[in-house]
Amino acid sequence: MTTMANTIAGWFGAGKQGQHAKLQLILLTVCMLVLPFFLSGTFASGNSWVRTIDFALLYIMLALGLNIVVGYAGLLDLGYIAFYAVGAYLYALLNSPQIAGYLPVWMMNPPLLVMLLLAAAVAGCFGVMLGAPTLKLRGDYLAIVTLGFGEIIRIFMNNLDRPINLTNGPQGINNIERVSLFGHEFGKPLEIFGLQFPMVHQYYYLILAFCALIIFVSIRLQRSRIGRAWVAIREDEIAAAAMGINTRNVKLLAFAMGASFGGVSGSLFASFQGFISPESFILMESVLVLCMVVLGGMGHIPGVILGAIIVSITPEALREVVNPLQDMLLGKRVVDPENLRMLMFGLAMIIIMLLRPEGLWPSRRRKDELHPATKRITKQEDATLDEAEREHE
Amino acid sequence: MDHLLQHLINGLVIGSVYALIALGYTMVYGIMQLINFAHGEIVMIGAMVTITCINMLLGANVALPGILLLTIGLAMAIPVSMALGYGIERVAYRPLRNAPRLAPLITAIGLSIVLQQVATLIWGRNYRPFPPILEIKTFEIGGAVITNLQVAIIVLAIVIMAALFFLIERSKLGRAMRATAQNIDVARLMGVNTNTIISLTFVIGSALGAVAGVMVAANYDQAHAYMGFLIGLKAFTAAVLGGIGNLGGAVLGGLVLGIIESLGAGYLSDLTGGVLTSSYKDIFAFAVLILVLLFRPSGLLGERVAERA
Repeated sequence: MTTMANTIAGWFGAGKQGQHAKLQLILLTVCMLVLPFFLSGTFASGNSWVRTIDFALLYIMLALGLNIVVGYAGLLDLGYIAFYAVGAYLYALLNSPQIAGYLPVWMMNPPLLVMLLLAAAVAGCFGVMLGAPTLKLRGDYLAIVTLGFGEIIRIFMNNLDRPINLTNGPQGINNIERVSLFGHEFGKPLEIFGLQFPMVHQYYYLILAFCALIIFVSIRLQRSRIGRAWVAIREDEIAAAAMGINTRNVKLLAFAMGASFGGVSGSLFASFQGFISPESFILMESVLVLCMVVLGGMGHIPGVILGAIIVSITPEALREVVNPLQDMLLGKRVVDPENLRMLMFGLAMIIIMLLRPEGLWPSRRRKDELHPATKRITKQEDATLDEAEREHE
Repeated sequence: MDHLLQHLINGLVIGSVYALIALGYTMVYGIMQLINFAHGEIVMIGAMVTITCINMLLGANVALPGILLLTIGLAMAIPVSMALGYGIERVAYRPLRNAPRLAPLITAIGLSIVLQQVATLIWGRNYRPFPPILEIKTFEIGGAVITNLQVAIIVLAIVIMAALFFLIERSKLGRAMRATAQNIDVARLMGVNTNTIISLTFVIGSALGAVAGVMVAANYDQAHAYMGFLIGLKAFTAAVLGGIGNLGGAVLGGLVLGIIESLGAGYLSDLTGGVLTSSYKDIFAFAVLILVLLFRPSGLLGERVAERA
């Protein structure tokens, strides 16, 4: 048991900090496992909170995917939600009656792992499709082109109900079947050892598992040769190329990897939600995911996770607070919580960039880059100078 | 192809609006090599302030001719937009002039969201109709119809552009702006107050944006809090198409994009046998943008090739 914990902790990069970090990891795992039961046991609206947490986990996956593109490789992508949409629509098309008539039977309802691999692959291809023509562009051009790409995907999903009804247009796709695993269909009630698992709980564990997988992949990627190549390109592309990095392929790989995370997350979203429409994939969603990455700390996995949790839970918390508060103070509802949320995130992005560009929980490297340790060094230098002077006397 | 002339006229009208907004993008880009992401929001706020102003005057039963009401509305909207443009530069760009390139982009996106949300708080999420104060007359040219409003939009756009070219090419301020765009450090050494020049660039661009916003609202009879995003993006495409940083290019790009869009929306359905309909109209701008950046990143009139990231 301990050896296994050791190995796992090592994978997650906690090996060197010793027993303490391993204990933390085990504790965290236990906490995450009992969290939904804690929530549904403590609050009256517990299941809706579990639902919120499910979405938060999906957003963590998304944010980690965008983190590869923005945080590691330094390419500002404003159309990231398009890959989420691709994953979601792929799942919906293969798991609902929408176009079942056009497809051979063996293609319908693929097993979960096949489905998610497919979603990752297709979204990755879309990532390459977006990346290939835009690689040469400067940061701000790239931002605009990716934004345009995201909108193109959304416009197509909105209009592909003619001439063949592929996406059902603005109405979206309904009756999406849930995931099945080991012969059990999620969504049906489940009882293990006398413990009731409602639908949101079942999905919680499913999404949690994939979320852990994506965190794991992210960490491993960061330390790999490719991950270091991404950082090198972010810091100085010409220098990176001079060091023998094939910048074109490595950047394309960043787009593909980021996109595939989005695709997996999108598929899980479609199956969890049971219904999707182009409304879920608007530009604001891309901006929200970007906000998570920026807020938490670009390129730092724990920071990005924190950012994703804050951004995805805030609206729920706001809804619980703002409306009752307005009813109490003003007697009417003046401000829509949704409105307030976007306003807060917009302000947060400005303030973070101005005051703490490394994010709330940055990696040490990033922090040093953005706040050169001049003060510390001068102090040290002062000390040595003082010492030298004293010796001189 | 019997509606060709009509599509061309419509394209010219919306194209001259794009050109006015594109000038704002291209001026800022020429000086700072940065895209002003919040420019579209300035266009929107210009339109909304004008509409609110006219409605207030109408509500107060002020009996003035429509054109005068519109002028008063514009006279209110332009200073508001100018102040916003100045504020955007001060908040989002000036503190980050030496920061990594990603930083000002993100602050500008944040500001754009804030402006959009403040606009929804003030004016709500719904479409605001443009008050029917103008007496619309139609003229017929060779089977195509053009309204006096459309003529006014084109004429006003030409007048404003001419004034801007005069300002940039002939005045002392314009020379300082050109110097700052060429080399900001040397311009400062020559005694140009580059901070003021950069602020003024934002302010002038915002004034053009406000006028353009009112034109769009009047032309389509409506405005809403989320209109800035799409129109800003199209105008930016126009600026890139013409060659970003190049004033003449922005005008040319605006007109070309307007016409492409209008013709595309008109004939797309016929050309593809009904597969793609005019609901794909908004894709043209993005497609043009991507194609231009792929094959001629310096744009139609631009000389400078895009530098490295």
